[in-house]
Amino acid sequence: MDLKQLYQDIILEHGKSPRNFGRCEKHTHEAKGYNPLCGDKVQIFLNLNKEKKVENLTFEGSGCAISMASTSIMTELVKGKSLEGAKKIVFNFLDMIKNTQEIKSEELDEDQKTIIMSLSGVKQYPMRVKCATLAWHTLNSAMLEKKEEVNTEAMD
Amino acid sequence: MDISEAKSQFPIFSKKINGKQLVYLDSSNSAQKPLSVIKSLDNFYKNEFSNIGRSIHTLSVNATNKFEETRMNVKNFINASSKDEIIFTKNATESINLVATTFGQQHIKQGDEILITELEHHSNYIPWHYLRVNKGAVINFAPINDDGDILINKFKELITPKTKVIALTHLSNVTGTIVPIKEIVEIAKKKNIPVLVDGCQSAPHIKIDVKDLDCDFYAISGHKVYGPTGVGVLYAKKKWLENLPPYIGGGGMISEVKKDKVTYAPPPEKYEAGTMPTAEVVAFNESIKFMQSIGIENIIKHENELTNYALENMKKINSVNIVGNPKNKAGVISFTIKGVHPHDISTIVDEEGVAIRAGHHCCQILHERLNLPATARASFGIYNTKEDIDIFCKAIENCRKVFELK
Repeated sequence: MDLKQLYQDIILEHGKSPRNFGRCEKHTHEAKGYNPLCGDKVQIFLNLNKEKKVENLTFEGSGCAISMASTSIMTELVKGKSLEGAKKIVFNFLDMIKNTQEIKSEELDEDQKTIIMSLSGVKQYPMRVKCATLAWHTLNSAMLEKKEEVNTEAMD
Repeated sequence: MDISEAKSQFPIFSKKINGKQLVYLDSSNSAQKPLSVIKSLDNFYKNEFSNIGRSIHTLSVNATNKFEETRMNVKNFINASSKDEIIFTKNATESINLVATTFGQQHIKQGDEILITELEHHSNYIPWHYLRVNKGAVINFAPINDDGDILINKFKELITPKTKVIALTHLSNVTGTIVPIKEIVEIAKKKNIPVLVDGCQSAPHIKIDVKDLDCDFYAISGHKVYGPTGVGVLYAKKKWLENLPPYIGGGGMISEVKKDKVTYAPPPEKYEAGTMPTAEVVAFNESIKFMQSIGIENIIKHENELTNYALENMKKINSVNIVGNPKNKAGVISFTIKGVHPHDISTIVDEEGVAIRAGHHCCQILHERLNLPATARASFGIYNTKEDIDIFCKAIENCRKVFELK
């Protein structure tokens, strides 16, 4: 195993300077996520406009480089997509982490796919997979308007 | 046995981790096992296995004798008055649950107070929390200072006429604080309040003398004392074991069973219902013998040297922050690195074969008090060496390289 596969430059960079960090006051959806194994917490704020498009997507929380980078990358890639498109990206990301070698998504261009694949290094580190998936499960929960906090220990 | 030979007794150190020599710095979580313990388990199942206490045949009699030998040796190890004060449980968690449940049933009413500390592991909080939920008890947390020492004056102030029990750790699994149990028991005795000591971390590292401490209950986990998983110990003064209600009901813990009436066996059997982890209890004796053969004074000296050496070298690394600075500290060092989350530290040092723990170490109250979401922790055992610390410090340096920190 090579640590650089896990800690790629793009992850370190997003980890150090996460995008879309902070509460967005105007939001239509929000959800909380928690990883009880490590104490990582994330809160997602999603603002959908009338056309059901993701107008804004921000987050607050604390966690390791992987979880911060994963959340930051997610907000960048999902912003501007339709609600259905956002749901597909989340599904495609989780599918890539769990099942496939490459990301399959009609919603993302090649550059975006390269960015998202930088997170695939966690597959070599089973204990770190949940660091990468917490925010995505939480966004899903926000989109589905679920009330309860996402708990990674209650997930597959 | 000389302590320099200790490491060679642990087969796991012949294994490579990620192609590297294993540097095991997670003994506070669970300790590795010497060959004598592993051989004992193997031998017992191959040649001596039988259930204990119930049968008259030879195997059973021999197994029972071996089981009771461990009880006798645990009694000697912690200097209890009688072997009947030694109860075998699953682990220290179960030992504390046993006390909280039975003591709570008999002595805790609505509004009664339980005094614990901010240092406690969840296993010495949640069992008492159940009494808060089920009986309306109040839990008070004795505060600590930033060094990780309990503020004795504040502790005294929290003792009220409603305080029914005091429960606290002997050694913090985060800050390494050695708690002045004797002093605290003296304070409690003046008010006639029983004291439970969570000895999970202390048992492998410092001398335990329950007679000298004069505590009422003392809980130990076998797996942290180089023994097998599945074995714990509850020491309790005889008066408690005789007078508290039984805990788990079933075979082996009864005296007489009628359709309308049940009477219980005297302790320790009263608290050992069902088939016990027989092979594990027998093998646990080997782990105690192993510690005795080295001598607790030598263990303390060795681990103090390692701790001081590690602290000295870790402090030389600019970005490292050591959590707590207690007056008396054992071989547990929690730390953070500026700019690197503890989980990332753990993953990075693991590449070098270094096993540490990262997270809240089952002490969320303490981490909240210290205002840290998580810490990384290196903890030492008999088998660690200065070379381990050197490899560990080099691996920490690597965190800065991976994260491109200056």
